[in-house]
Amino acid sequence: MNNAKTGLAATLALAVGLAAVGPAHSDPVDDTLVIDGELEMVTRVKAPEGHPFDEVISGWHYRTDETRALEADTFQNPGMLYTQRGEEVWNTVEGEAGKSCASCHEDASASMKGVGAHYPKWNAAAGKPFNLELQINDCRVSNMQAEPYKFDDPDQKALVTFVKHQSLGMPMQIDLSEGEMQQWWERGKERYYLRMGQLNLACATCHENYNGNYIRADHLSQGNVNGFPTYRLKQANMVSLHNRFRGCIRDTRAEQPKAFSDDLMALEVYVTWRGTGLSIETPAVRQ
Amino acid sequence: MATPKPRVKVPKTASPGEVVTIKTLISHEMESGQRRDQDGNTIPRRIINSFTCTFDGVPVFSCDIEPAISANPYFEFAAKVEKSGTFAFEWVDDDGSVYSTEAAIEVK
Amino acid sequence: MNLTRREALRLSAGAAILAFAASRAGPALAGPAETEKAMAEFTGGASPATGRITLTAPEIAENGNTVPVSVFVESPMTDEDHVTEVTILAEGNPNPGVATFHFTPMSGDATATTRMRLAKTQNVIAIAKMSDGSVFMDKKEVKVTIGGCGG
Repeated sequence: MNNAKTGLAATLALAVGLAAVGPAHSDPVDDTLVIDGELEMVTRVKAPEGHPFDEVISGWHYRTDETRALEADTFQNPGMLYTQRGEEVWNTVEGEAGKSCASCHEDASASMKGVGAHYPKWNAAAGKPFNLELQINDCRVSNMQAEPYKFDDPDQKALVTFVKHQSLGMPMQIDLSEGEMQQWWERGKERYYLRMGQLNLACATCHENYNGNYIRADHLSQGNVNGFPTYRLKQANMVSLHNRFRGCIRDTRAEQPKAFSDDLMALEVYVTWRGTGLSIETPAVRQ
Repeated sequence: MATPKPRVKVPKTASPGEVVTIKTLISHEMESGQRRDQDGNTIPRRIINSFTCTFDGVPVFSCDIEPAISANPYFEFAAKVEKSGTFAFEWVDDDGSVYSTEAAIEVK
Repeated sequence: MNLTRREALRLSAGAAILAFAASRAGPALAGPAETEKAMAEFTGGASPATGRITLTAPEIAENGNTVPVSVFVESPMTDEDHVTEVTILAEGNPNPGVATFHFTPMSGDATATTRMRLAKTQNVIAIAKMSDGSVFMDKKEVKVTIGGCGG
């Protein structure tokens, strides 16, 4: 299917799902996510102070039995293929400096454990928050003397998936006290509640006001980001957070901000905070 | 497309005559030949068209694959093992490439 | 929602036209006749009995791109009496064939699981062929939903 048609179908779905048909509500599925029968994940947690919900819930609870099962088994989870690819990228020398990620950071299972759970992070030199993609690109340019990845380069997605996966099961928690993180959080919050596009939808319309309802066949989650990059059955591929942001915004028929633009970085800070305490699920499996 | 990488999951040990579960996954886009690109041209089919599992050279399970199999093909099946040996796995691509891997099992 | 009734109706009407246009542009689907032809090729004309084979697939698939499907056939799986092949057909896809599994006595159990693409809501059919030439069939309807979130 070409992009134009996909876009139209999406618009159609939004219009019909939210407007013409009365939305039906159903509770998130009561279930426990245990990876490989060993690692129990926190998928429901008391919301941080100032959060609109009492409880923060992982998108995993909004998916069908079959999709939830795919994530619970690291062998069946197709996202693990990309994690495996990410490990290769980690060990591949690139750039003029003749280094790989491993040249400095060595064993990722030790050096990257917990790292991905605390991004985005304030970067004083850049004067803005960095997510993993920006941090990796900075590292590539300054330390490896390699080209920065273009947005959604397959190697970028694989490497971010691999790094984030080293924090599997660890609680997502960002530090808003550093630098100007609080201002970026405020800006992200504004963006979250800003209605946009021809359909006049804000992030909050689906993921806060209509959370738990159906938009056509999609059970609307709280829109938490603890599983990104996530394996999406629709694309049968890894989907990065900024790709998903842009997809959502396109579905509102609004102009899409660029990946890693200030708008979307602020949004990433804010929505990451909204999921505070949820386990990192990368690579999660979603519809 | 990066070179497809197979993953297999075979128990390390089993008792004689036990039926074990084998899981396999390989990274592949499985281009169906039904899709069109942005200019409206059909994207040519390129899939993995067959998968074979043998145990010390003896056929255990195989599969003829059509474009209706999802990207990153997953196959789970069973095997009865009487003695220690090695499972060999092969995936055949439309372009003639063969991707393979092995896994040993100890029967005691 | 702050969409007015008028806005909603306008969008729905537009959507209906688009949906019609989209359906016209889609690939031709296999349909029951082609599926029957594929079945006859597999069975050699024998009409499949019910029983012995169980096809497992979700009643509602969250996304048609990745639908889990399993088959299990009751059989002693001995040299004399075993399942030789199981084929899976999807009658609403551009081509009905999905996969054909080949078993041997070394398979131990005649069971297999994979993931398939379904173009729309349709019947999925599994047919097993035994070493004595007899054939058995099971069928499930899988509803393929259309999500709201396109990208």
